[in-house]
Amino acid sequence: MKKINWKNVYLWVMFIFLYAPIFYLIFYAFNSGETMNRFEGFSWVHFQELFADTRLLIILLETFILAFLSALIATMIGTFGAISIYRYQKRRTRLALLSLNNILIVSPDVIIGASFLILFTLLGSWIHSLSLGFASVLLSHIAFSIPIVVLMVLPKLQEMQDSLTMAAYDLGANHWQVLTNVVLPYLTPGIIAGYFMAFTYSLDDFAVTFFVTGNGFTTLSVEIYSRARRGVSLEINALSALVFLFSLVLVIGYYFISRDNSANHRRQGKQVRKGVLR
Amino acid sequence: MKKINPLLTIPYYLWIGLFVIAPVLLIVYYSFIDIHGNFTLSNYGNYFGSGKYLMMTFNSFLYAFIITFFTVLVSYPMAYFLTKLKHKELWLLLVILPTWVNLLLKAYAFIGIFGIDGSVNHFLSFFGIGPKQILFTDFSFIVVATYIQIPFMIMPIFNALEEINPSVLRASRDLGANEWQTFFKVVMPLSMNGVKSGIQAVFIPSLSLFMLTRLIGGNRVITLGTAIEEHFLVTQNWGMGSTIGVVLIVIMFIVMVITGEKRGHK
Repeated sequence: MKKINWKNVYLWVMFIFLYAPIFYLIFYAFNSGETMNRFEGFSWVHFQELFADTRLLIILLETFILAFLSALIATMIGTFGAISIYRYQKRRTRLALLSLNNILIVSPDVIIGASFLILFTLLGSWIHSLSLGFASVLLSHIAFSIPIVVLMVLPKLQEMQDSLTMAAYDLGANHWQVLTNVVLPYLTPGIIAGYFMAFTYSLDDFAVTFFVTGNGFTTLSVEIYSRARRGVSLEINALSALVFLFSLVLVIGYYFISRDNSANHRRQGKQVRKGVLR
Repeated sequence: MKKINPLLTIPYYLWIGLFVIAPVLLIVYYSFIDIHGNFTLSNYGNYFGSGKYLMMTFNSFLYAFIITFFTVLVSYPMAYFLTKLKHKELWLLLVILPTWVNLLLKAYAFIGIFGIDGSVNHFLSFFGIGPKQILFTDFSFIVVATYIQIPFMIMPIFNALEEINPSVLRASRDLGANEWQTFFKVVMPLSMNGVKSGIQAVFIPSLSLFMLTRLIGGNRVITLGTAIEEHFLVTQNWGMGSTIGVVLIVIMFIVMVITGEKRGHK
């Protein structure tokens, strides 16, 4: 008899534990019944419900627009922020700026949400268009995505050799040309990874959005929360099946980008992943 | 790079001012404001004076501690075994994948699994243990929170294990240590940094998972996060909410100092 390999048994048990709830959700999306308890037969009915639910589809669309926009703006601001931090000669200044940068990464979501709620309520009393709603949610998402972009771009900058920009200057490039033709192309893998992370941060966020969204605007997470409080509705299962497929696509895309990123520079790749942790 | 147009970097510093420094100052300021808008110390008096808030903080700590403990307990062996696999990067990706599924959806799944008529209860009644109330208990909250945090613990431990120089392990074997001795005397101490950053990534969020306490814990589990959400969004007592927030920030700093990696290593 073959000896049982306990390592593999453990790994299998853990992977089943990690995936069981997700597949459980998806499985019941195809239930013709109305509950997550008994599988009564295969049907697409909940997907049909989902596609007929225009309110939910609009929320889905808005959530994606929000993620797209906030990630785009956060990537732009964060990239130049990283360049700016990198340019400081003194190590102390750089470390101080980096600590400020990381505050929003390590803060609990509720603190970010609560303090942003105070901030936007104050701002909203001066500038009316900043009162709670799409604008406040968008600004919050940009705000909590910026530091992660900085952390993704910074290792690429540190990896870049000064001789590269020196050569460009020697060959007669001005500051702008060095930036657009040398530095930014070099940073591109980091920038793309940063965009990806910002995008998923925005899609995933619940707590911050929950605090700063007023009555008019909802994202998918907030909507799922309020529906889940009312009880089980298999439409959400159908939605999660789609969301899972989408994340699968995103992960595969991210995998290839980060592999590209770290093929020759495995150590840097690891540092980036360390930074990703929240 | 010698120079960069300041117009490009201004937004970043505006962000630091408006969204990093200002919110912290605001929350500290509001913790000194009572419900009528007057300056007061009564929020802190309330917090430290009444057993209610201190008890809640203690409970919140206890939950976060239990969650972190179980997360480390199951994640360490998993991370260790993962490093032994052939396509480990791919397997690690499979660990990370569940974190990309919205947290609310995962919590929602457990509503079905743990429900009074759900699968776990079906399973239990199969063995003759009648349906039990699982959802809306401390137990379900701890299980779901642990479930959600596991990938965030595995990642840093995995990275720390990967950074261990294989020649150290060979040296240990050459000097006569067996597999267990190598593991406990060499691998474990060298991977402690990963465990520490994992604890950092798990413990603090566990103090503030208010959506889980609402959806899974019923209203029986009240953590610091739940209390903050309640004060800000339900009772509208921002002063008290900010006070709890300041306490949470202080706790966060203490945790970070305790688990902080030694600087200069990056």
